[in-house]
Amino acid sequence: MPDSTVVGLNHEEQDRPELLHHFSTAEQQRDASSLGMWVFLATEIMFFGGLFCAYLIYRRWYFGDFAAASKSISMPLGATNTAVLICSSLTVVLAVWAAQTARRTLLLVSLALTMLLGLTFLGIKGIEYKQKFDEHHVPGASFSFDHEEIPGHPGQYANQSHAEIFFALYFVMTGLHALHMIIGLGIFLWLFYMAWRGRFTPEYNTPIEIGGLYWHFVDIVWIYLFPLLYLIDRH
Amino acid sequence: MSMEIAIPQPVERENYLNKEYGVWSWLLTTDHKRIALLYLASITFFFFIGGFFALLIRLELLTPAGDLVQADTYNKLFTMHGMVMVFFFLIPSIPAVLGNFLVPMMIGAKDLAFPRINLLSWYLYIIGGVMMLHCMLTGGVDTGWTFYAPFSTNYTNTKIVEAGLAIFVAGFSSILTGLNFVVTIHRMRAPGLTWSRLPLFIWAHYATSIIQLLGTPVIAVTIVLVAAERALHLGIFDPRLGGDPLLFQHLFWFYSHPAVYIMILPSMGVVTEIIACFSRKRIFGYSFVAFSSIAIAVFGFLVWAHHMFVAGMSVYAALVFSLLSYAVAVPSAIKVFNWTATLYKGSIHYDAPMLYAFGFLGLFTMGGLTGLFLAALGINVHVTDTYFIVAHFHYIMVGGAVMGYLGGMHFWWPKISGRLYPEGWARLAALIVFIGFNLTFFPQFILGYMGMPRRYYDYSHMPEFQVLNVLSTAGATVLGVGYLLPMVYFLWSMRYGKPASDNPWNAAGLEWKTASPPPTFNFDEEPVVTWEAYNYEELDAPRKEEVPVAR
Amino acid sequence: MLNNFPLWPQQASTMARHVDALYIFLLIVCGMMTLLIFTCLAYFAARFRHRPGVRAEQIEGSTPLEITWSTIPFVVFMVIFAWGAIVYFKERTPPADATEVYVVAKQWMWKLEHAEGQREINELHVPVGRDVKLIMTSQDVIHSFFVPAFRMKQDVLPGRYTVEWFRATKPGVYHLFCAEYCGTQHSGMVGDIVVQEPAQYETWINGGSSGPLSATGEKIFAELGCATCHRADTQGRGPNLKGVFGKPVELADGRTVTADENYLRECILDPGAKRVKGFQPIMPTFQGLVSEEQVNALVAYIKSISPAKPGEGAEKKTSASVAVPARVQSNGSQVQ
Repeated sequence: MPDSTVVGLNHEEQDRPELLHHFSTAEQQRDASSLGMWVFLATEIMFFGGLFCAYLIYRRWYFGDFAAASKSISMPLGATNTAVLICSSLTVVLAVWAAQTARRTLLLVSLALTMLLGLTFLGIKGIEYKQKFDEHHVPGASFSFDHEEIPGHPGQYANQSHAEIFFALYFVMTGLHALHMIIGLGIFLWLFYMAWRGRFTPEYNTPIEIGGLYWHFVDIVWIYLFPLLYLIDRH
Repeated sequence: MSMEIAIPQPVERENYLNKEYGVWSWLLTTDHKRIALLYLASITFFFFIGGFFALLIRLELLTPAGDLVQADTYNKLFTMHGMVMVFFFLIPSIPAVLGNFLVPMMIGAKDLAFPRINLLSWYLYIIGGVMMLHCMLTGGVDTGWTFYAPFSTNYTNTKIVEAGLAIFVAGFSSILTGLNFVVTIHRMRAPGLTWSRLPLFIWAHYATSIIQLLGTPVIAVTIVLVAAERALHLGIFDPRLGGDPLLFQHLFWFYSHPAVYIMILPSMGVVTEIIACFSRKRIFGYSFVAFSSIAIAVFGFLVWAHHMFVAGMSVYAALVFSLLSYAVAVPSAIKVFNWTATLYKGSIHYDAPMLYAFGFLGLFTMGGLTGLFLAALGINVHVTDTYFIVAHFHYIMVGGAVMGYLGGMHFWWPKISGRLYPEGWARLAALIVFIGFNLTFFPQFILGYMGMPRRYYDYSHMPEFQVLNVLSTAGATVLGVGYLLPMVYFLWSMRYGKPASDNPWNAAGLEWKTASPPPTFNFDEEPVVTWEAYNYEELDAPRKEEVPVAR
Repeated sequence: MLNNFPLWPQQASTMARHVDALYIFLLIVCGMMTLLIFTCLAYFAARFRHRPGVRAEQIEGSTPLEITWSTIPFVVFMVIFAWGAIVYFKERTPPADATEVYVVAKQWMWKLEHAEGQREINELHVPVGRDVKLIMTSQDVIHSFFVPAFRMKQDVLPGRYTVEWFRATKPGVYHLFCAEYCGTQHSGMVGDIVVQEPAQYETWINGGSSGPLSATGEKIFAELGCATCHRADTQGRGPNLKGVFGKPVELADGRTVTADENYLRECILDPGAKRVKGFQPIMPTFQGLVSEEQVNALVAYIKSISPAKPGEGAEKKTSASVAVPARVQSNGSQVQ
């Protein structure tokens, strides 16, 4: 009986065991993986898109209430997180370059830094969530947003139900984003392990490349979330 | 397994079915063909569950009084019928079974781009399916498959979150299948296989995959919002808290309308292949048929609110969506004309796949034309939410999509199983399905215009609706028989059917250039394509003499 | 069972004729198209069936043919679209001086209240030949008010008003159905529209007990203390409501909206949302303190102290803007 690892193999495959059997060339495999990640990111855009759509509609309807609610989330923490993520995108780019130029140490350091920054992001997010929990701004039975002034309209107070919608969207959107960050951390942990084992070379570093794409996407989602959620009507 | 000696009675060659035996060789396979069969078993299972619910619904509607089941039970029946049929049968059906099996073969590849993701896709489907089964067995859901807010978010006590999660998980299965197809079709075509040489089945699946990729995430996030709203009483869709129930409908239909194109486009691809083969000629207007698939995918995203003409939208929005709905009808019309024109000066054979294709042509035409009625705003007001709608979508999804699926199963059965199905029984089944279908659903158009609303289990205030309901139920029983027959004879053929040759239909397409059933890696050598699709001229060219083929 | 076997609903309203005409047109057009395609299919299937020795002729296609059979259907579709749109506009534009009936839907019954005060449950009495406008809202989930004989249907939403209208043309009793699935007794949420000769109707409506809806509203207006701020004699802490219905209102945030039924309702239940310019945000919300019927009565009262104005202003306010959520920004521009 023919051995499945022999059928269909060509020289290229025998030299490079990473080449999966159903691809004809390494280039085809690389192109396929890359296209696959781009297509997947398109689906993620649609996923977040639904939430952005709901958010934009309610923000237009309840601008004042949303402004009041936005004022109560910590802009400095959000801005710090933005800086953290932008730095992490830099470390990701470094990691890709390091893999492409066979700089093992830099690769490992960049991957580790990326994860560290990601953890920092999540930590700061945790602090923010705790703040909201303490202030009873988490939607649900114990939600309360009483007597909060609408910025620019002294004496006028935000409608609590409308503010609750803001916070509902805030938690779902940032929560979903954080979930994607956690998954990203998992991916980068795996990439770190593979890099440690010496799996990546200038010829084969597709996982780093597509992992990087994913991380950039998560970063870009935050770049949109931050101004939309944190910067309503700030002067 | 010895292959050195060519003997008259074929010794079984190694193929994807007999390469390995044992449960784990199936459950851990990455072979797209085995995964296709895993899907075949699973979706058939769900088809019969959904069908069973349909039977109960039709039995209840035999009499005006609600005397078979209680109101809540009936509400759960039509909800579960819809959810199971849409998410666990129709959406996967052709792509996950025929698409998985054939897409790599039709383009000369050894497998899909991401075989392990393909297997993951199936497992996600199973997990979603198990969750849905559990939900049904422990109480079910009663919101209708459309689970409109605020009923679904604030009023019903049934297991919305669980059902929603089941659909969410199954949705990821759909997304990953679409992702696999798009990347495969872009990157793994055999040398010489340009886009304009692709079988139209591939174009149809490409268009379907685009919709799966871009649409499914939106319903995923809608489900997340509904679950959050139920758990935390958020108010996103609750007007008492500033939310808007119409926002739910927009988000829901933004996916669910393109979803119906996910259900019909693959079927159109199947029908194209069958008509070409059984007329022995190239499809008339290849480019138009190819681009019409893409046009349907694109325009399909622009018409969602035609489900909301009486929902409380503005008149101007309604006008826009009505106009666009007529635009999306044009590419479908183009396909019907091209299929019909293909028959002209063909050489037509009436094997079972072709009978199903004819059935598709007739029923899809009728269903599609009734779509014109619905896009007309003035009429929509009267017939929306009545049995007219039920009849319309069943004509397309059952008369269209399921007919195409069955036709495709018959057409490619020899390739998949290496056996021929019994032709006589298959033709009989096709006829029974056609008759049963029309008897079930045509009366519903009349019922709808008369005003019988959907989702009513008791119509004792309107006993005048009974005659048509009885006809419909009678048709449903006939239809059920028609669906059971292929189950029986396909299974029978796997043991007792005549062995099939590589190309029993003498059909065009790379899949027919390899053995039936195919070897695990599809082709012994990577094909190099130098011919156009549907090269029936060459295939039917008279041969000087038959060259005996060593088997 | 076979005695009563109709295949077509009765025509009992002015719109029914228009809808049926379009429907029959579509039946003919689609019937012809079906016949054409089926004939071709049958003919080709027979004429070009496989015969030994006869080969198929490979025909690539024909661009002129493709253009023809794309353009002609498209033109036909546009005709259908236009006709459908015209009928739809008529359906969704209530006449200016239609008699108003307030409808409150709840699981699983219809509560109706005539402007004259007469209340009904699951039944609506109307006179032949009079325009009737239904101003509807739901107490809970989405329902839909469907009368097949009138060929009219409109979803009834919680949190806002939606509107439909009809003019009955034939006395009789016609089915009323809820057409949007709303829970357990959705199929039980049925009723009757009783169309009577005008004289009969007068007798019926005058047999009612309570006074007109607007009078009820006036009472509630006083009981709830609205009059304290919304004074009619001088400028109080709230805007003077006399003559306000149907007029444009300038809001504190700069927008201008029309004071239609939805606006009035929103002011009662969510006063901060669209505060009038020049007034302090001190009106308390009455959400939870008034029932839907009471809101209807208040709205009817406020309408009664505005002069009824036939013509463009009145008509516009009761058509597009009422059918639009109260979050319409200004001048009927839609968010949805």
